[in-house]
Amino acid sequence: MKAPRLWVFGLAGIWFGVVLVKAEVLSWFRIQEMFRFDAFHMYGVIGSAIAVGAVGRWLLGEGPVRDAATPRHMVGGTIFGLGWGLTGACPGPMYALIGYGVTPYAVVLVSAIVGTWTYGRLRDTRLASHPMIGRSLNLN
Amino acid sequence: MFGVSEGPWPWYVAGPLIGLMVPLMILLKRRFGISTSLQRVCAAAVPKSASLFDYDWRSIGGWNVTFALGVALGGTLAALALPAGDVVAIAAATREALTGLGLSDMRGLAPAQIFSWQALGTWPGFMSMVVGGFLVGFGARVAGGCTSGHAISGIAELRAASVVTVVGFFIGGLTITYLALPALLAGLQ
Repeated sequence: MKAPRLWVFGLAGIWFGVVLVKAEVLSWFRIQEMFRFDAFHMYGVIGSAIAVGAVGRWLLGEGPVRDAATPRHMVGGTIFGLGWGLTGACPGPMYALIGYGVTPYAVVLVSAIVGTWTYGRLRDTRLASHPMIGRSLNLN
Repeated sequence: MFGVSEGPWPWYVAGPLIGLMVPLMILLKRRFGISTSLQRVCAAAVPKSASLFDYDWRSIGGWNVTFALGVALGGTLAALALPAGDVVAIAAATREALTGLGLSDMRGLAPAQIFSWQALGTWPGFMSMVVGGFLVGFGARVAGGCTSGHAISGIAELRAASVVTVVGFFIGGLTITYLALPALLAGLQ
């Protein structure tokens, strides 16, 4: 199959961005509500997204992916969670917030890029042999 | 549709619309995940600064960047055509808890007392925007993905690693919510 054209991914992004706004998933207030277990909304959004994703995979004949959970997933996840709690936004919502006009999130996005870059730099130092840094775990 | 002007789309509409990204990306021979785009930006801007970024970002990551730009454009289109409410319809209990921590302005998608250009030089603003953003980017690369790549794609793939990563997301988020925010918001001006 020919590689899909770039605009297809642009359209998919627009779809995702609109949903992030209309479900208020990109709101710091919603993330606080989630971490305080005060409403089902965010759990419903993420849970039903996982369910539809899993069924979609099954319908397309994709099986489970077997991989090993490592301490690095726990540590990296916790670092990410500290950031998610502080910013109230994971990377998708950062883009959507900036597009929506909440421009201070440009600072958050630039910091996230600097964090990503810092990881890349550490990987080229002696820390490359460290189990928390070493080989890139990129899923994509 | 879906009560555009009065409150958010319900979870059972929004969640499935997000979940459809997973099979859509399979059909497009890709994998749904957003944080990789941050790495593509590094590869585009400073490719020689680290081996992780030393590749042709256009051919490998052009789609990630286009997708991310689409998400931003989606935010703009929503603001023009289907804006969110002036006040996010969070639970009363959350509103009370945040008021108790010192937040007085609940308008908008994020509190302007923390997330504004003026607040950037304040302790809560600097920690929430600069330090928080850094931790999101760094943590996503240590764990190998974010909310989309691990929580949604990864758990839909029944990956053990993704379940553990999401447990980490909550350890971090709960630590901020219950231990750090009370001290941080005490610095609100």
